[in-house]
Amino acid sequence: MPSNQTNKSTEKQSRHSLKGQKLALKQPLSLDGGGFLDPVTIGYQTYGTLNADKTNAILVCHALTLDQHAANEHPLNGRSGWWDHIIGPGKPIDTDKYYVICQNVIGGCLGTTGPAELNPKTNEPYALSFPIITIGDMVRAQAMALEQLGIDSLFSVIGGSMGGMQVLQWAVDYPGKVFSAIPIATAAQHSAQNIAFHEVGRQAITADPNWRGGAYLSEGVKPHKGLAVARMTAHITYLSEPALQQKFGRNLQDRDKLTFGFDADFQVESYLRHQGITFVDRFDANSYLYITRAMDYFDLAADHDSSLAEAFRNTKTRFCLVSFTSDWLYPTAESKAIVKALNAVAANVSFVEIESDKGHDTFLLDEPEMFATISGFLDSAARARGLEKRRSA
Amino acid sequence: MTSPSNRKSNLRPDLALIADMIEPQTRVLDIGCGDGALLEYLQENKSVDARGVELSQIGVNASVARGLSVIQGDADTDLIDYPNDAFDYVVLSQTIQATRNPRQVLEELLRISHRAIVSLPNFGHWTVRTSLMFGGKMPVTKSLSDPWYSTPNIHFCTIRDFVDLCTDMESEIVQAYTLGRNGKTSAFSSKSMLTNFLGENAVFLLAR
Repeated sequence: MPSNQTNKSTEKQSRHSLKGQKLALKQPLSLDGGGFLDPVTIGYQTYGTLNADKTNAILVCHALTLDQHAANEHPLNGRSGWWDHIIGPGKPIDTDKYYVICQNVIGGCLGTTGPAELNPKTNEPYALSFPIITIGDMVRAQAMALEQLGIDSLFSVIGGSMGGMQVLQWAVDYPGKVFSAIPIATAAQHSAQNIAFHEVGRQAITADPNWRGGAYLSEGVKPHKGLAVARMTAHITYLSEPALQQKFGRNLQDRDKLTFGFDADFQVESYLRHQGITFVDRFDANSYLYITRAMDYFDLAADHDSSLAEAFRNTKTRFCLVSFTSDWLYPTAESKAIVKALNAVAANVSFVEIESDKGHDTFLLDEPEMFATISGFLDSAARARGLEKRRSA
Repeated sequence: MTSPSNRKSNLRPDLALIADMIEPQTRVLDIGCGDGALLEYLQENKSVDARGVELSQIGVNASVARGLSVIQGDADTDLIDYPNDAFDYVVLSQTIQATRNPRQVLEELLRISHRAIVSLPNFGHWTVRTSLMFGGKMPVTKSLSDPWYSTPNIHFCTIRDFVDLCTDMESEIVQAYTLGRNGKTSAFSSKSMLTNFLGENAVFLLAR
């Protein structure tokens, strides 16, 4: 585990000083759990140019532990954006044609107000005094931010995993604002298995003595070990059994034989430990608690008499769902349930299941069939919205 | 804009015939849409709100990449998901003979849409009859190319069989055409015995 070198004062300031665009919401954010969050800062990134009619905006929604730095160098670790291969000039989400916005979700820790931010009332980090948030709250904050940016409607909303949940929530909560939607590797409600894995992660964090009842930032420590274990567990769920077997098998890590100890003898152990260690440098433990909770609470049908079809009734949005054969976290059946609900209201829906042995994380990888799906669908939607004509003019 | 594949002359003859039956700016669901050739033609030439269902995932993925609204699905099990009168036309081309319950599928088609267009291979065609009569084996012809043990076509019928089913279901045959070997189309009266002998494929426009 890395040593805890960050002292209290620099930690309080560091996330405020990160590079990137920010805006302050002009209104308090009302919350599904009751009450308001105020003030709210939204960290976001944009790529491409908004056209004169403001009809070419695409909102990209990020997954649980990702952030707004979808297609630029990450300010914390210098790595390229998590969808750098998808967003850019001539890429499936073509920034020569579209204006792309990606916002850090509320509850996050990369510029948007979350539990690591200072509560202005106490001048201490919110920690557990931060309110419980939902996917609906995240989307409401995004909508308010877009309104302040002068963007009244979205050509498309795209995202994978928790990003896909936001895409679905957008289509349901703001049907008139979403021309097309691409929910990838996601579900309309969090399954028992997914809640179970999240609970393991949260228990690992809160069991770390450095968690300090959530007040670790005020006390100048960090629950690195707990957060790393949470990440290691979750990371396994993002892969697949064949992918792990193929990549690591029973290969030993930098040694010829077993050590008969508890050191990382196997490559897969070393790999997971690395995943845990690198994660704690860029993610806040309380953010992990809050965002996983928001995902657990996600149930799109719940507010519509338990009918997913009712949630989508009268939708004019064009949908394109994508799932991956080896994704056992958000299996194809979950996407099919959404397709079924959309068919029940005669919505315009495409659905592609892509053959992949790389599990849930395929949505972040170089997957040509996913690229072809996204660009084909967007091109067609652009023609339907009259964006293509302008391009050839 | 129109690519060579979007010209009607490049459509399979029964699909070209179906395309002619469909009014512009309507809502069309093509069940068993294959690679989406008909949908693409209708979308680009008739401004149709075109949707497709296809059993093969490869066909679906290719269609979506071409910008068509297509989902993976099965005519036997998935039509029940659609609401009444969701479409102006439902197309079932060269698929009904491969369904497990053709009558139920037809009923679903005419529930989802007021009009259904069905094309099917005619098992009463003279080549089929002569093949069975003189060869004594299950016919393998140009349009029915699979041997009996691996054919997906589990519910063959003749044109007259199909007309009888429509009568039984009290659905109206608005238009009917046969397609000969050379792709030549001709309108026919449902009572003609000769049609059932000479038509290799048939296309019906049905109304509820």
